[in-house]
Amino acid sequence: MNAAGFPLLSLLTFLPLVGALIIMLVRGDDAVVASNARWTALWTSLIVFALSLVLWAQFDTSVAGFQFQEQSEWMPDLGIGYHLGVDGISVLFVLLSTLLTPICILASWDSIQTRVREYMIAFLVLETMMIGMFVSLDFMLFYIFFEGVLIPMFLIIGVWGGARRVYAAYKFFLYTFAGSVLMLLAIIVLWNSAGTTDIPELMAKKVSSAWQPWIFFAFFASFAVKVPMWPVHTWLPDAHVEAPTAGSVILAGVLLKMGGYGFLRFSLPMLPEASAQFAPFIFTLSVVAVVYTSLVALAQTDMKKLIAYSSVAHMGIVTIGIFTANVQGIEGALFQMLSHGVVSAALFLCVGVLYDREHTREIARYGGVAKIIPAYALVFMLFTMASVALPGTAGFPGEFLVILGAWAVNPWVALGAATGMILGAAYMLLLYRRVAFGRVTRDSLKGLADLSPREHAIFAPLILLTLWMGLYPSSFTQFFQASVAQLVQQHQTAMGVARLAGVAP
Amino acid sequence: MNWTLALPEIVLAVSGLVILLAGVIPKKDNSFAISLAVLGALLLAAVLVLAQKEGTAFGGQYVADSFSGFMKLLCILGAAMGLVLAMDFFEREGLARFEIPVLILFATTGMMVMISANDLMSLYMGLELLSLPLYVLAAIDRDNSRASEAGLKYFVLGALASGLLLYGASLVYGFAGTTNFDRLADALSAQQGVSAGVIVGIVFIIAALAFKISAVPFHMWTPDVYEGAPTPITAFFASAPKIAAVALLTRILAGPFGDVASQWQQVIILASLGSMVLGALAAIGQRNIKRLMAYSSIGHIGFALMGLAVGGESGLRGVLVYMAIYLFMNIGAFAVLIAMRRDGRAVEGIDDLAGLGRNDPAMALAMAVFMFSMAGVPPLAGFFGKLYVLLPAIEGGFYFLALVGVLSSIVSAYYYLRVIKVMYFDPGLPGFDPRPASLSVVLAGTGLFTAFFFLFPAPLLAAARQAVASILG
Repeated sequence: MNAAGFPLLSLLTFLPLVGALIIMLVRGDDAVVASNARWTALWTSLIVFALSLVLWAQFDTSVAGFQFQEQSEWMPDLGIGYHLGVDGISVLFVLLSTLLTPICILASWDSIQTRVREYMIAFLVLETMMIGMFVSLDFMLFYIFFEGVLIPMFLIIGVWGGARRVYAAYKFFLYTFAGSVLMLLAIIVLWNSAGTTDIPELMAKKVSSAWQPWIFFAFFASFAVKVPMWPVHTWLPDAHVEAPTAGSVILAGVLLKMGGYGFLRFSLPMLPEASAQFAPFIFTLSVVAVVYTSLVALAQTDMKKLIAYSSVAHMGIVTIGIFTANVQGIEGALFQMLSHGVVSAALFLCVGVLYDREHTREIARYGGVAKIIPAYALVFMLFTMASVALPGTAGFPGEFLVILGAWAVNPWVALGAATGMILGAAYMLLLYRRVAFGRVTRDSLKGLADLSPREHAIFAPLILLTLWMGLYPSSFTQFFQASVAQLVQQHQTAMGVARLAGVAP
Repeated sequence: MNWTLALPEIVLAVSGLVILLAGVIPKKDNSFAISLAVLGALLLAAVLVLAQKEGTAFGGQYVADSFSGFMKLLCILGAAMGLVLAMDFFEREGLARFEIPVLILFATTGMMVMISANDLMSLYMGLELLSLPLYVLAAIDRDNSRASEAGLKYFVLGALASGLLLYGASLVYGFAGTTNFDRLADALSAQQGVSAGVIVGIVFIIAALAFKISAVPFHMWTPDVYEGAPTPITAFFASAPKIAAVALLTRILAGPFGDVASQWQQVIILASLGSMVLGALAAIGQRNIKRLMAYSSIGHIGFALMGLAVGGESGLRGVLVYMAIYLFMNIGAFAVLIAMRRDGRAVEGIDDLAGLGRNDPAMALAMAVFMFSMAGVPPLAGFFGKLYVLLPAIEGGFYFLALVGVLSSIVSAYYYLRVIKVMYFDPGLPGFDPRPASLSVVLAGTGLFTAFFFLFPAPLLAAARQAVASILG
């Protein structure tokens, strides 16, 4: 079976659905249902998180290949199977998903008062889809989870979102759906040439050079929207602004990583030649994303929108790192994704704390909150610094490694990425200064309550992780070192072959 | 003569006559008992279909194989679910008439004859036996001008289609010398170069069947008839007869005309492209949910035709699986439409669904499942229907067709999402009248199938594969 001795990954994936089912069956008046739904969702997600710690403990960091594999028949005559497993690249994303879900549920404890039952069901279904996507080792299975995310997320934005929620939900759904159906066609093309959708088998087979650019483009359409890369990023600010706090947290924390994970899992290893050919294209888009969205972030008046644009910039650094195709770049990209998952999630939670109290996200409506709610201001500052990539916080190692890796490929790209860091410092510090410092201009702010025990519980793990990742990054990098080394080595071998054949530059 | 082979059809026809008599004789309304009797007859027919042996009968006019078994079971299921949906509806509308279940029964007999047709003559007989009850059913609400209009439109266009079919069949007979499918297959494969007369004949036959399945460019009647006919009748129209017509089209194109595929393939490709694109674009502006479903069904037929255009074992299997999944999604969605009654009156606007997510969470959830499934979002059944068509399309090199297919499903996602938006996001209207238990049963069954098909796709795939193997020989 696997190292854990029981189907751990299936359990992780489908346990949230059991919780959702229990919530669905709760009977009683509204208040009882709401309270039961909250507690059931919280306990389910905590149990899932505890189970995922088994994964953390038992994962063998010296193995590059897939671990905890589970396999069974699904559509045998089509070569489509049920195959789960994790390697160094995916294991930490599973943990990120299981960590953020209980935090999201806690963050929605008071702020969601309508249709609590449906909300909690949507979040648990979302957790199943996220975990399932990261542990799938069958491309069709991956696609199903990848797309399945759309259903709960569409409802979360559309039902519990802000004023323009319908527009944002549509835009989110249609952008992502359009990208993914092209990927579906590419998956079928791969299936047609290999006779299977099993990911390890597909990785072992070479895709014909003529097809690689087309398949790369189709994958790109899907993953670039998800990352999101400039110029298909415009759904993200809308979705973030309109989504409820927890929706933004999951969106920034996990869903954006699906794009980067896709590039790393599929585009780079399966399509090495096309990846090399299109790397300059990706670099260009990424540098534009980093610089342009940072400038746009500077001009924002809405806190969530500002952080949303900063996410696009940070994810631009991730795509640069992935397509450097060297060890530093890819490790940096992975680390950046994980740290962004923690830090941007925490920033959205910080905004949520203010929004819950004042019901506005306008930066201009705040000022001087550090004097009124010092504990909150301290937390907010830590995450601001992490987002700026101050050394010692989670943001630093990832960006530093990516710039190192990019320097080896093309110093101009490294320069572009570094510009992003400078601009990032500018807009984040501006945000923090305007919100936390200065005179308290508005009377209503004087009555602000500081963090409640529930909010302390939400932020504590994120603070811990931010510092841990910044101060001792190797306890995280050790998970993916072996896998990344193997990935890079295979990529170089493939490129060597291609160069001999005269296909690649 | 091996007439016992056709026992399911014979039993249905005879029980139809008996039930008709039983309906006429008593003075008072007994439509409920008649409906139950018809359900019983359908169940009996299903059992007989399951027990049916393979072979041909009536001088090669009739064939029973696993393809006919598969398709007949789907049709019987569709008819039975349609009947269950109709029972309560007509009661409430004050239209309860014992003729409705009997007509559905005769239409089902017609479908089964069509599916088992092995000759152009029995094909025509089956088609007419199916069509005549449908014309009457469309206009059964005879005091309603929209229903009468729908019935008349359906009749005129249907008669035209029958004419085209007969003309095509006579051309084929004239140039190939036989109407029997097996001998046609021999004649067409032996011929060096197919004569133009046969090809014109085939195109006429395809056009006639395209009317029945409402494929572009023969779709014009669909929105009007769907809107005008009483909703349960629309549900029936959109499910079982379409499956039967697709079955017939599959059988004649794969069987007797299989060797001249290069001649008719472009026709099917064009019909498929047109149906997918029109189904996606024309539905966007609709306000009436029945018209929306009409265009949606056109789009779905386009997808099924993609499998037919690709052909081969996997392509045709895609068609069969697609139709099976379509049946469940469609009946389920129509069950929701039938439950849309406010203050004792049926309402049909998409906007009338507003607030359903709050008023009736279970039904809203089921409708959301159907809509997401029709849009093709995994892990719901509709995604797998599309997948099993797209796989062979790419395998066979039909990249353009597959691309148009997925692009049109993006566009159609927009209007399916609108239904969900109205149900969940829009400010609520007062709730619907309580829904009868019969609707809940159909909703639960179809909803569970649509939502959890992904757990057990293998049995349906295997059955469809076996069915296809029997007609490809």
